[in-house]
Amino acid sequence: MIDQLVIPLVKILIVLNATLVGVTYMVLLERKVIAWTQSRLGPMRVGPYGALQPIADALKLMIKEDITPVRADKWVFTAAPIVAMVPALIVYAVIPFGDTVNLFGREIPLYITDINVGLLYIVSVASVGVYGIILGGYASNSKYPLLASLRASAQLISYEVAITLTLVSVILVAGSLSMVSIVRAQESAHVWFAFLQPIAFVIFFIGGLAETNRSPFDMPEAEQELTGGFHTEYSGMRFALFFLAEYANMIVVASVATTLFLGGWLRPFPNVAWLSFLDVIPSWTWFLVKSFGFLYIFIWVRATLPRYRYDQLMRLGWKVLIPLAIANLVITGIVKVLLL
Amino acid sequence: METPTVHHGAMFDTNELVLNMGPQHPSTHGVLRVVLRLDGEKVVDADVVIGYLHRGIEKLSENRNWTQIILLTDRMDYVAAATSNVGYCETVEKLMSLEVPRRARYVRTILCELQRIASHCLWVGTHAMDIGAMTVFLYAFRERELILDLFEEFCGARLTYNSMRIGGLPLDIPPGWDKKVLEFCKIMDSKIDEYETLLTHNRIWLERTRGIGVISGPEAAGLGLCGPVLRGSGVPRDVRKDEPYAAYDEMTFDVPLGTSGDTYDRYLVRMEEFRQSLRIIRQAAEGIPDGPIVGKVPRLIKPPAGETYHAIESPKGELGFFIVSDGKSTNPYRFRVRSPSFCNLQGLRRLVRGHLVADVVALIGSIDIVLGEVDR
Amino acid sequence: MGQAIAFYTLSAFILGFAVLVVSTKDTVHSVLFLVLDFLFVAALYVLLGAPFLAAIQVLVYAGGIVVLYLFVVMLVNLKRSPEAHHDPHRRARLGFVLAALVLIEVGAIAAYSAGGPVRPAAPQAPPTAAATAVSAMRAVGNTEEVGWLLYTNYLIPFEVASMLLLVAMIGAIVLAKREL
Repeated sequence: MIDQLVIPLVKILIVLNATLVGVTYMVLLERKVIAWTQSRLGPMRVGPYGALQPIADALKLMIKEDITPVRADKWVFTAAPIVAMVPALIVYAVIPFGDTVNLFGREIPLYITDINVGLLYIVSVASVGVYGIILGGYASNSKYPLLASLRASAQLISYEVAITLTLVSVILVAGSLSMVSIVRAQESAHVWFAFLQPIAFVIFFIGGLAETNRSPFDMPEAEQELTGGFHTEYSGMRFALFFLAEYANMIVVASVATTLFLGGWLRPFPNVAWLSFLDVIPSWTWFLVKSFGFLYIFIWVRATLPRYRYDQLMRLGWKVLIPLAIANLVITGIVKVLLL
Repeated sequence: METPTVHHGAMFDTNELVLNMGPQHPSTHGVLRVVLRLDGEKVVDADVVIGYLHRGIEKLSENRNWTQIILLTDRMDYVAAATSNVGYCETVEKLMSLEVPRRARYVRTILCELQRIASHCLWVGTHAMDIGAMTVFLYAFRERELILDLFEEFCGARLTYNSMRIGGLPLDIPPGWDKKVLEFCKIMDSKIDEYETLLTHNRIWLERTRGIGVISGPEAAGLGLCGPVLRGSGVPRDVRKDEPYAAYDEMTFDVPLGTSGDTYDRYLVRMEEFRQSLRIIRQAAEGIPDGPIVGKVPRLIKPPAGETYHAIESPKGELGFFIVSDGKSTNPYRFRVRSPSFCNLQGLRRLVRGHLVADVVALIGSIDIVLGEVDR
Repeated sequence: MGQAIAFYTLSAFILGFAVLVVSTKDTVHSVLFLVLDFLFVAALYVLLGAPFLAAIQVLVYAGGIVVLYLFVVMLVNLKRSPEAHHDPHRRARLGFVLAALVLIEVGAIAAYSAGGPVRPAAPQAPPTAAATAVSAMRAVGNTEEVGWLLYTNYLIPFEVASMLLLVAMIGAIVLAKREL
């Protein structure tokens, strides 16, 4: 009973809450990092060094007036933020945050579940997330959001292809679709897959930026062109859901990258014996540190680079990334057959 | 604007989308309204609607005395108010054939060039921001702040300076001010490199600006474009060189020219203008002569009957004042401003046609308009 | 028992959404119901122990193809009423013919399975190398199983299907590109 129901439920509760808190603090982190890049201070007023800013933001968004445009498609308008948020959260079900821990005499693995099509699950659930953006833009019955949602659907579909192809080459190396097995495969291969699959890693990173609508691929929301893009007409908590979904997706991409390419929860050089004193640090810390590093680069990129134009983004996706990903996949396959 | 046309395709009819950009839009730099006709995201045609910031400065000037008008010129190009002050005062001086002391002319040159840097800082920041590089914006504003401090020390104001008087300066420069200006030049040198590191060779920046809004020299001149926009197309027209005013005839500087006339060339021209401005400021600040700051100005300013046109090179282009005096009253009979922003804005429709929505904001940024000056 | 309840609930939803797909006036809503339908079909796959198929169903149908549908529906002006044909009952007749065909097919399947004919028992097929490998992999998960079957027993249909897709792709490019 406890193993079947209580422990998974507790884990889900912890992961959900940790995610939501993480997401709100991700926003603060981004504001802080970008502020430092731009020689500013960032939020400083709420709490010490603005530490309570996310709570203030959440409160503000919750008590704000929630406006539905008169000519909006009401049902779809209401559903869109939910559709955006839900996939971003349920993806966390298969992400392994750490190794098993011993708690009250029980071996508890630090993931909600490990299904043997884990990676495929992530990709397919994430692919549903695009509906939030498309529907939000469509249902607003307004021109800027509509343009944004057209951009979004084209962009997300294109980059999904590139990302999925890189994932396939990782699967080839790891020989499994399960997230936990992929981490184990890196342990037994004695190397992070980022070094075995550098091209895939780079393509995944670029594709990840595009999939999460991050600068320099933040076309669907480009506030300087489309005045906020698909969520122009949203306000209050519904807007907050879109906002949170975006950051939750960022964390998903960082977690997946950590798991697939950076050795997941493994400590650096897991096979070097004299570094074993590092095992004192719990495995999930490594996972968090790696994900954080990845997210930091996301923010850094945003602070530095200008935005691509829509057609250039599509050209980059279809003419560079996808052919490169296919070539990488084919070469990986050939090497694998020849060497094994 | 005519009604959108319907294209009858092989299978589907697609409508042109009429998109109203502005007057409340983050990238129209104020209250500009651009009505775009889009085919997908491609701009078929654009209608530029202005007038949202019209305050009637020209008409108002006809009912103010000659000195009061100086503060109205502040409100035209409010990011380069001192330049407008200088332009207006010199026009009246020309009308009255007043001799301005050399010291005043040197300070005017310094102010104009500081103002050019401040205005270009604002331009590079917002232009980069429009294209999505937001850090440059904050960096550029950081340096603009230094210039505003210099102005504050000179005349007490940070935005609308009212910093000129007909015939000279309202008051002498504070002691040590010229040293501070030179110090600023030293700081600014490295900061320009910093902006360029972030943009000039950035691949995305190149892709976003190269070949966007190409306009040939003759066509740009034909449209009445001026300033960096015209020079970006390779036309060597700079009022500072062609019809020197203030102390520009005593300064050595180059006029940067573009070759291809696209957004990138206009960008490069302005970046080089930063450096040339610093060069001028250094020369002027090191060589400020001693002497009076105001010429022989009559107590009652009442220019003789006649008309005159005088232009100066504002950061945005050729800023000209056309003033008619009837010789009887203490205010101008007719006052008219040829504002560079207004003239450059004429080119927008020609520039955006055939480009994408994202390029429209890049192009609005690239022609560098201030709506206060467009509408007056 | 629980399985049966889940199956019938899911099926009811699938059929219900299918009806909504064809009965809704708003084209976008119709496409959205189609997405829901696909998601529930994916749930059905999970119930049948085929998580691989379920994931692919969501990824390809819900996440890919229908997005393109939506794209087209949002772009194209469908408010225009279809042009009147000289025979107003043409569509109705066509519908009846199709419905009858489907009914016959369903009836045939029902009669065939009710009559208790010999079922091709896949797992107990002659112990070829392939079959033993398949049963060995059953424990690992059905991704390998699907892959194995595709490249052994169903190689020809698989290749034919990919050829078909290639042809469709070339056709689409030719149609979309105005001048080549």
